[in-house]
Amino acid sequence: MSVTKRIEEVKENYKELFEENRKLIERHSPDVINNVRNECFESFDLKGIPDDRDEDYKYTNIQPFLKGSFDFSFVHTDTDSQLEDFFKCEVTALETYSVFVINGWYSAKNKVAESLPDGVFFGSLKEGAIKYPEIFEKYYNKAARFERDGFTALNGMFAQDGVFIYVPDGVVLDKPLQIVNILTGDSDIAAFQRNMVIVEQNSQARILVCDHTLTPSKFVMNSVTEVFAGENAFIEYYNQQNQHNLTTQVAGLFIEQKASSNVLTNNITLHAGIARNNIFYKLNGENAESHLYGLYLSDKNQHVDNFTFIDHAKPNCTSFELFKGVLDDRATGAFTGRVLVREDSQNTNAYQSNNNILLTDLARMSTRPQLEIYADDVKCSHGATVGQLDDEAMFYLRSRGISKEEARVLLMYAFAYEVIDKIKVEALKEQIRELVEKRFRGELDKCDFCVVCAEPSNSLNCF
Amino acid sequence: MTDDKNKILDDVTGGEYKYGFYSDIEMDYIPKGLNEDVVRLISEKKNEPEFMLEFRLKAYRQWKKMKMPDWPHLKIPEIDFDDIIYYAAPKKKPELKSLDEVDPELKATFDKLGIPLDEQKVLAGVAVDAVMDSVSVKTTFKETLAEKGIIFCSISEAIQEYPDLVKKYLGSVVSYADNYFAALNSAVFSDGSFVYIPKGVRCPMELSTYFRINAINTGQFERTLIVADDDSYVSYLEGCTAPQRDENQLHAAIVEIVVMERAEVKYSTVQNWYPGDKEGKGGIYNFVTKRALCKGDYSKISWTQVETGSAITWKYPSCVLKGDHSVGEFYSVAVTNNYQQADTGTKMIHLGKNTRSLIVSKGVSAGKSQNSYRGLVKVAKKASNARNFSQCDSLLLGDRCGAHTFPYIDAHNNSAIVEHEATTSKIGEDQIFYCNQRGISTEDAVGLIVNGYVKDVINQLPMEFAVEAQKLLQISLEGSVG
Repeated sequence: MSVTKRIEEVKENYKELFEENRKLIERHSPDVINNVRNECFESFDLKGIPDDRDEDYKYTNIQPFLKGSFDFSFVHTDTDSQLEDFFKCEVTALETYSVFVINGWYSAKNKVAESLPDGVFFGSLKEGAIKYPEIFEKYYNKAARFERDGFTALNGMFAQDGVFIYVPDGVVLDKPLQIVNILTGDSDIAAFQRNMVIVEQNSQARILVCDHTLTPSKFVMNSVTEVFAGENAFIEYYNQQNQHNLTTQVAGLFIEQKASSNVLTNNITLHAGIARNNIFYKLNGENAESHLYGLYLSDKNQHVDNFTFIDHAKPNCTSFELFKGVLDDRATGAFTGRVLVREDSQNTNAYQSNNNILLTDLARMSTRPQLEIYADDVKCSHGATVGQLDDEAMFYLRSRGISKEEARVLLMYAFAYEVIDKIKVEALKEQIRELVEKRFRGELDKCDFCVVCAEPSNSLNCF
Repeated sequence: MTDDKNKILDDVTGGEYKYGFYSDIEMDYIPKGLNEDVVRLISEKKNEPEFMLEFRLKAYRQWKKMKMPDWPHLKIPEIDFDDIIYYAAPKKKPELKSLDEVDPELKATFDKLGIPLDEQKVLAGVAVDAVMDSVSVKTTFKETLAEKGIIFCSISEAIQEYPDLVKKYLGSVVSYADNYFAALNSAVFSDGSFVYIPKGVRCPMELSTYFRINAINTGQFERTLIVADDDSYVSYLEGCTAPQRDENQLHAAIVEIVVMERAEVKYSTVQNWYPGDKEGKGGIYNFVTKRALCKGDYSKISWTQVETGSAITWKYPSCVLKGDHSVGEFYSVAVTNNYQQADTGTKMIHLGKNTRSLIVSKGVSAGKSQNSYRGLVKVAKKASNARNFSQCDSLLLGDRCGAHTFPYIDAHNNSAIVEHEATTSKIGEDQIFYCNQRGISTEDAVGLIVNGYVKDVINQLPMEFAVEAQKLLQISLEGSVG
């Protein structure tokens, strides 16, 4: 069951959509999720959907991509049996607990719960909210910056489902948790997805998120993921985006860290139409450590915008940030990295770097590495470069008999490898490494990249 | 030890404003407030030709439509633009033949500032166009310059005597609609300097203007226009000190520079306006638009600034590199103390082929001040082989101050190489320990380290200025310990 809505005046139409369907949405969602809709609606009413006049969205105007007729589904109806097929093509080298999320809805056909360690929850957000209302009361919508960002507020208004991960005290997960987000449908679809990850103290979790599209329809995905790391918790979060050119995705990732926790995120965008990643870190405890990495490879008319904000709220924390991009054809890219060191956050170390290669005259890159520092005993540095392949290195390779094309691929691959190297799951690293190389050779069909689903028959040609 | 350090910090960063005095000279005011009649009145008082009045009115109408910018990292108290006197001229405009005729009070003011108006200073090779509030009082060395065909006069004079040049270049780099403060300046600017260097002339001396804000409640709206014709060279100095006072003063200046083929302009500034007292009361608001257009091929512009004064600084000397192979450079030291706020940096806009730019920015913040670098490097689609390198460092002295960096890089060309590096740090305890060990007091050690830290920029200043700049740094910061 879905509702079709024509979006012209983005803010007004979304407000109408919300008011028309509010009863339906709330009837199918638990109270803890419904409770935040009002505050999100108020924020959205105030902020609206940002356009390029908004300093945060200066280089990415998403408004035009939201316009058109879209199907919204506010009641979950599971898809056909295809899901079972996806499971078969799991890559053997990488053992994971995996679940599928289709158009923002956790598929009812997922079966993982039995094999998980005691006390660990890995399942639907909706179910989680019913099972752990007190946890949701405490955490839900607490890290997401809905007051600052219209898209996040919009997600809070409409969010109904997604994935909830709960790892209790002192549990170390043996296998990565994999979330496969799939966008599929014959009509143009707009969807909302909401995820929450809570890893309690002394626990460890590795999470792998793959974003895919299956049908050649227009998709607009607005997702928000909140991650809470308890004391001494250890989280790795890998996100690979591999969506076709008609997809517009705004993904918010909000991370809150307690003392001595260590969180690593790595966003690898291999293929995306319009992708905007909002990554917010709050280091809210001493001795916490954050690692933010990202790689984006764009061509055609693609646009990738990584917007990161690291809030050093407590002393003695460290953050490392590295984003790299290769832009081909008419692709455009943007990067914003803001490091805020609050008063009294002494002994902060923050390193930030963004490097880009433009391959054509038409590719464009805008980058803003920013530091905002209110404490004096800090070591902060940032660097940004935009350039092209090194002529000397090229000459070196050519003089050793390597063809121009091969040398080009080698150099691009070497450039990208610094980010790939940050992946700590060996099998995944190998997989990504191969895919990136293929991508540079122009051989990557966007679907055979999938860690789970490598079967060529499922793939669609890039368009 | 910590107490000692704090004491030294207080002693030094708490230094009173050395140049705080106020000279009592009769002034000619027009009523407070701003409207079309005031704009007409200013134009009329200055006996300007019709095109200037039109220019001012267009700017005023544009300004009415604009809003105060809110993007800087600054807390600007609301400014009541109707509570400002937009024109003040010394009543007795002296027609001077020799130095003896200069108003003794004015002379004393200049002497206190060490402006080289007297013979010795003339021998030092500095021609001075001193601006006392709004109207030029005294110009030296004009004849020597005239021999070379160099025009160096007040802009009011230039409007009267060289209207064609002014008409051609005024507003050609900073349009009247450029930004809020540029529009305001274009509407009400009172005076400033005009420089024209003819083809092939290398200006034999440093040209310098000392600005001084003098009358209470008088906003200063200087306008400087420098045109360097083909193959010429000029080095221009601008320096400021201002008397101590309680009320905030608005200062919105425009500097426009046009650099033609193979010409080179070097523009140096030492800014030391009243920064407000230790509680952050008073002080000058300094909202300046400075821009140079490298119009011709192989032209070069170099900005050097030492910013130590003003309660609020909002200033981005920019380079538009239009000519092929043109070069833009920006060297800056910005020092903030107590409650000062600075949001300063540069824009490098690469339009021509093989253009190069260099940015070296050093921020030093102490007390409860906020110091931001904000810069844009833009490489347009046609600017093949553009090259930029930016280095922005911040030094924090004290744990209640802020240092921020907001660089913007827009690359639209794949042959461009743009690099940005920035670091933020405090003075290393090991460095101070090293100096202490060798018998250098902590105070001297910090002075030494800060001076070393800003050396790259100070080295760019002409000799006379470098000395003054170092003195200013010492007044502001020497001996501060983080």
